[in-house]
Amino acid sequence: MKCGMRNGERESPKMNLSVSIGKLTLQNPVMVASGTFGYGAEYARLLDLNQLGAVVVKGIRLSPVRGNPTPRTAEVTSGMLNAIGLQGPGVDGFIEKYWSFLKSLRVPAIINIWGTTVEEYAEVARRFGDLGGVGALELNVSCPNIKEGGAQFGTDPKLLARVVAACRKVTTLPLITKLSPNVTSVVPYALVAEAEGSDALSITNSFPAMAIDIESRRPKLANVTGGLTGPCIKPIAIKLVWDARRAVKIPIIGMGGIQCAADAIEFLLAGANAVAIGTANFYEPQTALAVIAGIQDYLKCHDITDIRELTGAVRLS
Amino acid sequence: MVERTAQIISNERDTDAYFRLVLRAPEIARATQPGQFLHLRIPPLREALLRRPFSIFQANGETVSVLYKTIGKGTDALARMGAGEELSAIGPLGHGFTVPARGGETPLLVAGGYGMAAMYLLAERSPQKGMVFVGGRRRVDILCEAEFRKLGWEVRATTEDGSYGEKGMVTQSLLAELKRDSGKRKLFACGPTAMLKAVAKIADEFKVPAEISMDEHMCCGVGVCLTCVIPVKTASGWEYQRTCTEGPVFDSREVMWEVAR
Repeated sequence: MKCGMRNGERESPKMNLSVSIGKLTLQNPVMVASGTFGYGAEYARLLDLNQLGAVVVKGIRLSPVRGNPTPRTAEVTSGMLNAIGLQGPGVDGFIEKYWSFLKSLRVPAIINIWGTTVEEYAEVARRFGDLGGVGALELNVSCPNIKEGGAQFGTDPKLLARVVAACRKVTTLPLITKLSPNVTSVVPYALVAEAEGSDALSITNSFPAMAIDIESRRPKLANVTGGLTGPCIKPIAIKLVWDARRAVKIPIIGMGGIQCAADAIEFLLAGANAVAIGTANFYEPQTALAVIAGIQDYLKCHDITDIRELTGAVRLS
Repeated sequence: MVERTAQIISNERDTDAYFRLVLRAPEIARATQPGQFLHLRIPPLREALLRRPFSIFQANGETVSVLYKTIGKGTDALARMGAGEELSAIGPLGHGFTVPARGGETPLLVAGGYGMAAMYLLAERSPQKGMVFVGGRRRVDILCEAEFRKLGWEVRATTEDGSYGEKGMVTQSLLAELKRDSGKRKLFACGPTAMLKAVAKIADEFKVPAEISMDEHMCCGVGVCLTCVIPVKTASGWEYQRTCTEGPVFDSREVMWEVAR
């Protein structure tokens, strides 16, 4: 930050950090991204989850999922590849093992859901709508690492329309559609999601990518290819947010390589209303809290009293 | 489990490519159980973002130490750090070894290379003294033998090239001992997966229990990323479980070895 700040100067009674995603209000715009924060409880000993904007859990489908063979991740320059394969306990296992903890938090839990058919998406959405206490649903139509489901729905506008519409029909929970970056233009997908009743968009998911061990000549992932995340994708993600912002009115949650407040502010200026911390959770679990504090410092330094003023405030001339 | 900035007390070469790192981390030191690990962020690694996991070797009062081998850019960068420098440590992590009970089975420890370090606290805290079988490719791969002897444990070393101890594989000398007497024994092992697999097979043959510590690639270290999974038997088949959370120590009979890499 350009101006010097001392601890304790952050608090300002007039400053508004809260943002809305449909009917859901977040105390601040910083959440943790699906797949990088488990089901919340795992990180509860390392940071105060109640200071976050929201916790977004790892993708859940109807039944348990074993996941892909190992190796499942590989470190690359300024990022990582993963092909976990959405391992998870299924709806019932999730509710049994993790829901009471998430429900006890003062911040909303956003449930990332997926399926292999339109009907399964709708059934999972209905189950979480009926559960009571869920903050919002994030529709994962963009995981690159499973053969059926996920990305196929995020790379065909007609299928995407059916998934969003089917979920919209069965629940009044705010719906967030997590769009795939693996398309020529994100705009038609953003428009379809908005038209079918999505309350917000998450942009972006991981980028299809590959790495090879040159000694063994084998791919570094058992799945051969995986999804690239981390700081190396940030400029591409910012551009996707910028593209979508000019096309739709609904809130956008920007994500892709955020490590610090400056990264998050860039997403807001490009058009995001909120942000999510992903890969950085793995190496610096306190990142989200540092980003919240840094955003407050920035607002104070620039005499901005409402975080919402930053959304799309990039200056083009 | 806590995240703390830990100062390096010392970081010195042990033998060959092996180093001993001692960190000042009182809370971690006090909470450490045998077989647990530390997850370290190595500051000089700017473009390699992920933390690196290391078994805890010793935990004394305010310090914890690890014994590591330089095998890549993470450990190379760590080896260049010196006393007084700081790094971020998360720990102690993972589910460790069951400390033997007084009057229970005699512990037989089986270690390959730096796997030896992961077993030191187990030997130190075991009320029941036992034997250590340690193997390596060459003499320089046999680590911290003196520390185990100081605890009053018998150490049998094996090297593949015969440059130290008996020539051969560590499992051969374990086999010889079990053939002599396999009654009331329990195995504890840490080393390369191939060695662990061989130990599991021996445990099966002699019908002795075995706890094995798996060394897998890790990313988050706290159970969320699902990188470090191994196949573990369940009532209905098998599932992937996390080495960082359900492990690194597993009952060898629970591991689905035919699927494990």
